[in-house]
Amino acid sequence: MNEEFVFLLERLLPALNKGVIVSLQLIVPSAILGIFFGVVVGACRAFGGGFLGALANGYAALFRGTPLVIQLFILYFGLPNVGIYFQPYTAAVIGFTLCSAAYHSEYIRGGLLSIKRGQVLAAQALGFSTFTTLVWIIIPQAFRRALPGCGNEIVYLIKYSSLAYVITCFELTGQAKIVASETFRFSEVFMVVGVYYLFLVTVASYGLRRLEKRLEIPGFGH
Amino acid sequence: MANMNTKTPLMRVHGISKELGGREILRSVSLDLYEGEMKVLIGPSGGGKSTLLQCMNYLLVPDRGEIELEGRRVDPRKARELCEFRQHVGMIFQDFNLFDHLTATENVSIALRKVKGMSRAQAKARAKAELDRVGLADKGHLYPAELSGGQKQRVSIARALAMDPKVMLLDEPTSALDPELVSEVLTVIRGLAQNGMTMVMATHQMGFTRSLADEVLFMQEGRIIEQGSPKDLLAEGSGTRTLDFCSQILDVEGAGA
Amino acid sequence: MNETVTVLLDALPYVLQGAAITVTAVVGAMFLGLFIGVPLAVGQVYGHWTVRTLCGLYVWFFRGVPILVLLFLFYFGLFNFMGLNLSAVAAATVVLGMTSGAYQSQIFRGSILSLSKGQLKAARALGMSDGLAIRSIILPQALRLSIPGWSNEYSIILKDSALAFVLGASEIMARTHFVASRTYQHLPMYVSAAVLYFLLTWAGVVALRALEKRVRIKGYVH
Repeated sequence: MNEEFVFLLERLLPALNKGVIVSLQLIVPSAILGIFFGVVVGACRAFGGGFLGALANGYAALFRGTPLVIQLFILYFGLPNVGIYFQPYTAAVIGFTLCSAAYHSEYIRGGLLSIKRGQVLAAQALGFSTFTTLVWIIIPQAFRRALPGCGNEIVYLIKYSSLAYVITCFELTGQAKIVASETFRFSEVFMVVGVYYLFLVTVASYGLRRLEKRLEIPGFGH
Repeated sequence: MANMNTKTPLMRVHGISKELGGREILRSVSLDLYEGEMKVLIGPSGGGKSTLLQCMNYLLVPDRGEIELEGRRVDPRKARELCEFRQHVGMIFQDFNLFDHLTATENVSIALRKVKGMSRAQAKARAKAELDRVGLADKGHLYPAELSGGQKQRVSIARALAMDPKVMLLDEPTSALDPELVSEVLTVIRGLAQNGMTMVMATHQMGFTRSLADEVLFMQEGRIIEQGSPKDLLAEGSGTRTLDFCSQILDVEGAGA
Repeated sequence: MNETVTVLLDALPYVLQGAAITVTAVVGAMFLGLFIGVPLAVGQVYGHWTVRTLCGLYVWFFRGVPILVLLFLFYFGLFNFMGLNLSAVAAATVVLGMTSGAYQSQIFRGSILSLSKGQLKAARALGMSDGLAIRSIILPQALRLSIPGWSNEYSIILKDSALAFVLGASEIMARTHFVASRTYQHLPMYVSAAVLYFLLTWAGVVALRALEKRVRIKGYVH
């Protein structure tokens, strides 16, 4: 029991803490960039006609229809075939961003399409420019409608950040795998890693739910 | 009441036509609107009333024809001119179109802040004053979903009034309301008319039209077919199309307002 | 270029055998998830508070921990610990199934809650026990309502199954990786695998839509 404790404190936790920092360095930029591109793609899918709309739809279908791990493999192992090289960290952030943007775009598109024409008409009638209509009427409404879906997507991103390990970016799961393989204590190590992820996911879900509650408007979005 | 003999009209609509989805909705419609005047548009649905009102605010850009406000014309291709023009022409919609994510006060103040550039405090004070004017001083903190239809329409009137419009366009402001809520909205509009607001209103409220309209325009198939004072057009035995149409809706709606 | 085509054609039968393994694992996981998800949902809706809490904990755990971590935890850790000697494919199937069970329970729970309270009352009024009422009245309706959500699970599990290669399961991903690293044709191999997954997603969606049509009840829409 004592030996277990020493292992936990001196070996496992320091490694995992190092890993969780890398995980956060993967998750935070990917989440921000993912939302940003998701908004662009979602807007193209909702309003972009013709070629632009088709391109955005194709992009979303492709990235939602194939496993993230293949996308990462293509970025990290595949692209060097045509002379493009990425660091593992860069490849992971690009992969996570592109994939989560595809999922975000789905919710953003829905949020944008849910806005009634009368809302835009009323804004125009008051003399709003296109830009002010977008910023003060369309975005606040679309954002609220898209928030639950996009929030879920961020929780998924936290979990799927573990895939960075398969392209040798040693974050939480990667560090755990090293310790486990060296000590053969798979059950203990991955139980503790599970707790780390549960903590991250639970905190993120709680924060997102608080945000939703704060932005809640009576009778809106139902 | 209006004095029709004075100089130039406040707003001139000249020969506007509009085609939507391959159908001619407006066919060369013209009207002159004088300061303080109240014109009522009557006619069957699909006759072009709503399209005419939306064109008068450039929410729809007419295919042909001209619109002048105080002698000035707008180039609808210039966004800045368009926004400026619309600030002076208030619009009330049949289905209110309150901004669903904003409280009543915010609905009224948002355009003051974002379009007219007022400070938050100024805009809020003005919004409160306007809500008070339509009898909703105590409802400012409520969201649209928490208001009755009549209250929503009154907020939307307050929202338009706050912009100090020179002309108000009202597109069947009471048709989406439950019968018992109609009078609270009409009372507000009557107040506006008595204070000299220049208005064009599409409505089927005949009692209201009789007592307040300076001129009645009967629209059918995209044209103004008859126009004149309510007294002339709606006189018993006048044999006008307007009277004919109005007696039909009265039959359907009962006594009317 | 010619070389690439040769490699792809040579690899095709080998990878397609992997596809059979992938599909078997996915279908197995879906049904395992169904058998776990239904009682979990019933427990969460109708159970005693202790049952509700236990079911809730299961869902929280499997929805909060990444698949990759669960695969390592169970295959290298807990299954061994329990004396189970499962193959990599079987272990992956079980882990995917347990995870899907958590998600499926949320789908079924939503469907049960969307049924009107009158259904259960009417069944009780006829003298049915609660267990019988749930089995013969509630679940047949709730499961029909769940089919769209359940179809979604297919494409999610399919994509997650690509992670089984980390255990050495010889499904699509592992075989693709194997050929790619021997021939250095990474990009063509991974892109082909992505296309294969895309086709499998599409085929599954079509098949499940057909199923949806077959079990539909006239006039029963939600």
